[in-house]
Amino acid sequence: MAEKKTLIYLLPLLVFFALAGLLFSSLGNDPRLLPSAKIGKTLPDFTLPSLYGDETLTAESISGEVFLLNIWATWCPSCRVEHPVLNELAQEGVNIYGLNYKDDAKGALSYLNQLGNPYKIVIRDDSGDFGLDLGVYGAPETYIVDANNRIVYRHVGVVTKENWVSTLQPLYEAAREELSVKQVGQ
Amino acid sequence: MNTARKYLFFLFCMVAVNAPASIEVYEFETKEEEQRFQLLIAELRCPKCQNQNLADSNAEIAKDLKARVYKLINQGKSDTEIVDYLIERYGDFVSYRPPFKPSTWLLWFGPFALFFLVGIFLLWRTKRVEKSAGNLADLDRKKLQQVLSRYSNEKNTPQDK
Repeated sequence: MAEKKTLIYLLPLLVFFALAGLLFSSLGNDPRLLPSAKIGKTLPDFTLPSLYGDETLTAESISGEVFLLNIWATWCPSCRVEHPVLNELAQEGVNIYGLNYKDDAKGALSYLNQLGNPYKIVIRDDSGDFGLDLGVYGAPETYIVDANNRIVYRHVGVVTKENWVSTLQPLYEAAREELSVKQVGQ
Repeated sequence: MNTARKYLFFLFCMVAVNAPASIEVYEFETKEEEQRFQLLIAELRCPKCQNQNLADSNAEIAKDLKARVYKLINQGKSDTEIVDYLIERYGDFVSYRPPFKPSTWLLWFGPFALFFLVGIFLLWRTKRVEKSAGNLADLDRKKLQQVLSRYSNEKNTPQDK
C-alpha cells in the first residue's frame, strides 16, 4: 500500500521528466526546415534553357550521373555565403548542377563570372515553374539526385563544410557507390 | 469661371492612377470560381512564412503558389485535385487540414484518448474515495458504539470516588 502511494506521488515528477526530455530533444530543431515531399521520387520533368543559352535541358538529358542540384539566385544573400564552399567542392570533383531560380540571365552570368562557376550545368528557371514542381520554397536549397534521377535528399539553407561532411557527403558517396556497383554488374 | 475650371483640372490631376498596380488581381469568369479560389488560398499554408496562409502571405513563394492555384482553377481542376497537386510538391505541410494516416493518428485520436484516460482516472479516484469514505463510516460507527456502550455502562454503574 505504501509503495503504491509513493508511486502515485512520483508520477508528476516522472511526467515532468518525460515532458522535459521531449522538449529538450526538439530544442535544436528548426521548424522552418520542411521535409521534402519529393524524397525517393524522380526529378519532375522540365524543358528549360541552359543559362549559357546554347542548349535545351530536360530531366532526361541531365540524368545518368549522381549530382547535387543547387537552387540559387543572385537575389539570394545566403547563396553568396555558400558559393565559396560550392567552388571548393567542385574543385574536389563533386558533380554540381545549378538551378538558377527566378533570376535574370544577365545578372546570373556576371555573378558566376565574378565568384566562379562551380556548376557543370546551369538550368535557367526564370518563371520558377520547375522550382514549384520540385517543391522549392526558398533559395538556397540543395538536392542530391542519383543516377536514375531519383531525389535522395534535400538540404535547405546554406551548404557548409560541416554539413557537407556530416550529412550530404555520405549520401552523395553512397549514391555514387550504388552507381559504380551497377556499372560493374553490367 | 476660369478659376473654377483650373481648380477642377487640378482636382482631376490628384486622382491616383497606379494605386491598384501593386495588388495582385485575379479575374474569374464566374463568381463560384472566385469563391473557390478565396477558400483554397485561405486553407493552404505558405511554406515560407509558416503561420500564414497563402492569402495573407506576401512571400514570393506564396505569390507563385497563388498564381498556380489560379491557373489550376482556370484549367478546370477540382479543389481536391488542386490540394493534392500542392501536397505532391510541398508535402502535407501546405494543407491546414491534416490527412488521416498512421503518422497523424496521434493528432486525430490524441484528444479523445486523453479524454477517456482522464475520465477513467477520475472514475477510479471517485470510486476509491467513496470506498474509503465507507470504511471510515464503518469505523466511526464502531467507535460510536463503543463510546455509547461505555457511556451507558457508566450510567448503569456509577463509579464512586
